[in-house]
Amino acid sequence: MEVVLAFVIGGLYAAGLFMMMRRSMVKVIMGLALLGYASNLLIFTVGRLTRGSSPLIPADAAQPAAPFADPLPQALILTAIVIGFGVQAFALVLFKRTYQSVGTDDLDSIRATEKS
Amino acid sequence: MVTAIMSGYALSLAAPAVHRVVRRWSGWIIALLPAGLFAYFLSLVGRVAGGEVIVASYEWFPSLGYNLTFYFDGLSLLFALIVTGIGTLVIVYAGSYLAGDPWLGRFYAIVLIFMASMLGVVIADNLIALFVFWELTSISSYLLIGYKFDKAASRAAALQALLVTGGGGLALLAGLLLLGLISGSWEISALFGEAEAIQAHHLYLPALLLILAGAFTKSAQFPFHFWLPGAMEAPAPVSAYLHSATMVKAGVFLLARLSPALGGTDEWTALVTSAGAVTMFLGGFLAWKQTDLKRILAYSTVSTLGTLVLLLGIGSSIAVKGAAVLLLAHAMYKGSLFLMAGGLDHETGTRDITAMGGLARSMPVSMLAASLAALSMAGLPPLVGFISKEVLYEATLEDAVWPALITAVAVAGNVFVVAAAGLVAIKPFWGEWVETPKHPHEGPVGLWLGPVLLAGLGLFVGLAPGVVSHDLIAPAASAVLQKETTVKLALWHGINPMLVLSVITVGLGVAAYVWRERLGNRLNILDPGSRFGPARIYQEAVDGLPRFATAVTSVLQSGYLRLYLTTIVVVTVGLVGFTLASRVDAGGMWRTPDVRIYEILVAGMILAGALGVTLMRSRMASVAALGTVGYGIALLYVLFSAPDLAMTQFAIETLTVLLFVFVIYRLPKYATLTSRRDRVRDAVVALLAGAMMTTLVLIVTAEPLRSRLTPYFAENSLPLGKGRNIVNVILVDFRAFDTLGEITVLSVAAIGVYALMKLRLGQAGDEES
Repeated sequence: MEVVLAFVIGGLYAAGLFMMMRRSMVKVIMGLALLGYASNLLIFTVGRLTRGSSPLIPADAAQPAAPFADPLPQALILTAIVIGFGVQAFALVLFKRTYQSVGTDDLDSIRATEKS
Repeated sequence: MVTAIMSGYALSLAAPAVHRVVRRWSGWIIALLPAGLFAYFLSLVGRVAGGEVIVASYEWFPSLGYNLTFYFDGLSLLFALIVTGIGTLVIVYAGSYLAGDPWLGRFYAIVLIFMASMLGVVIADNLIALFVFWELTSISSYLLIGYKFDKAASRAAALQALLVTGGGGLALLAGLLLLGLISGSWEISALFGEAEAIQAHHLYLPALLLILAGAFTKSAQFPFHFWLPGAMEAPAPVSAYLHSATMVKAGVFLLARLSPALGGTDEWTALVTSAGAVTMFLGGFLAWKQTDLKRILAYSTVSTLGTLVLLLGIGSSIAVKGAAVLLLAHAMYKGSLFLMAGGLDHETGTRDITAMGGLARSMPVSMLAASLAALSMAGLPPLVGFISKEVLYEATLEDAVWPALITAVAVAGNVFVVAAAGLVAIKPFWGEWVETPKHPHEGPVGLWLGPVLLAGLGLFVGLAPGVVSHDLIAPAASAVLQKETTVKLALWHGINPMLVLSVITVGLGVAAYVWRERLGNRLNILDPGSRFGPARIYQEAVDGLPRFATAVTSVLQSGYLRLYLTTIVVVTVGLVGFTLASRVDAGGMWRTPDVRIYEILVAGMILAGALGVTLMRSRMASVAALGTVGYGIALLYVLFSAPDLAMTQFAIETLTVLLFVFVIYRLPKYATLTSRRDRVRDAVVALLAGAMMTTLVLIVTAEPLRSRLTPYFAENSLPLGKGRNIVNVILVDFRAFDTLGEITVLSVAAIGVYALMKLRLGQAGDEES
């Protein structure tokens, strides 16, 4: 399955970068979100995939029975998902205010801080 | 030994305060330190002349094997006496010359820093210490040339000198490091015995070239000679001290110091001799062309520096002795002339020799000093300059390679120097009286003491060369040659080729003086440098650098996010792709995947969603597509044993979609902003990046995973963390600080979001729109 996910990750990176190269602010944020998915999935896949064996310790044991899914990438991704959401929320609101102030969502028309 | 150096730095800290207390006599009081050091070094003459080398060693960076070592031999002694002796006179002189100047205290401080650093250069044994002192002299020279910091010309000249000598300094550092690596020792004294090994090493030539670059820039050798005349913006005492007697001779010193280790090879002889010969001739010629008193002296100094380098390039016993005599003679006569020139400037208000004349009556003492010094410079008996010129001709006649050519160049250079000596000593003082901006009269004792003493010393040494030949010249020559040498100097050797050459030189020099104006324009062909020369190249480089920076910045800092991204992606893909292609065996990359049909469906759903986001023309549809991707990933987490991730992802994804819908509702509809060509280009770049990531994942997952952390967490989650959900235990226990940081970031983002929502865009916003 890692082989399939490798292509999914590549597709997500490609789509995310493509969107970040658009001029519309909304598309840039969507690109940011896609990049976030891609990175999380990258960490997840590189930590190897395990089917149907969560990193949980059964009630009658002191350790999970091998093979179990690697808990470390999961912990990292959990943090990343939440942080990614914070970044997206902030960027969205920032772009919205920018739009309200300058009256355009075209990044190319807001290149300079001063009027030329 | 180290006390002698450090006392200069110590007094430089106190000098401004001393000056404030004893304004009128500050020069005399501060000069006590160099005078005392001069006496101290004089007291060492007996020991050094007896062949003793005084060494001292202090721990510096013992762990790196660097020690602060000092090595005081005949060469150091000669330089140390010049540095402290002229230093004494210059400080006394500056006290009168700059009397009433608001920055005089600072002047003393920097001159003392320079003096201490210059002593450091000539006494240091450790290569790194030598370099540090060397750079300190460059920096103090920069500060002193720019002493009149309110004048633009002064600042420009200071910067030019710093860039040229500082650039050379960098080359020198590289050269010294190479030398240290070749020999495995950081002590100069240890290099002497290894000359053969050093010169046979394949890094010898690079090291030599770099060290010569440092020495040539410092000693104003062609093609780096142009900074020295520019440095004449400095006050006269600085010109006399740094840019004539001492600092510019640091390069000569370095050549002399390292010649036992580096010298004697064909490369050394060719490079050093030719640079010296060209500089000697060009400097003399340019001196003869000037009308500004200080520029005449500056170019004639360039010529002398060229002569010194030429002699060291020849490297024979007589040549080295000649260099030592010339060094001493030049310090005396040129120091005297520079101080005298400053006095004239001070009293008449001009430095242009065509704007003064007949000053002998109003300034008789200066006239006397100038005449004596100029006679020495022109090489006439019975002054020390005559002796040094005789030795010079003896050395060039005995040159092993091209005696005739070298001698001819030496005579030609000296002809112009003789004429230049006439320009500085005859033009201002004799002839018709010319009205000058100020009414001239003899200055205070501080102003004429230095020139008279130095010029008088030149006469004394000329009459009785025996006082220096055994005690100063011979030890210095022995130090350079690394063998015992005796020196006999005399005014009269009988009629020999050297005397004939001297007579020819003086005769032609007088002719060059008399017919200067008539010849001057015709001989311009000898100076192609003024139009296309190194000074022009320097200027172009200085002007070109900001232009280049502007051009580079406007390309790199375009202000377009997509161009930044494109640059980053292309560079990353290029570097990673190159590494992958050249280092990684991609054989194990392709494996038959072990998949279930529903997994394929989820993967397809994610990819379709991602494609949808990029293609949808409707905002809501693309948000929906984005949601599809998010939920698809959550499903993957479910399938592959990550229940916590799946729950978080579902919750966050729902929130994200809601947030997008709310915000996008207020933003304008999509418009087609970029051309088709741009979109295709961006798509290619993005797909390249995607392909690179896919390849990376394939390569990484083909390798077995070895984790040392995972077993630790699995074993200790229950006993240490008291939890059965290992992911939770990691987050709140093992990596609790990470989670705390995450919470902080979220809080900051929340505050930011809230602030932006509530922000009232008042007048500032209205002005913008």
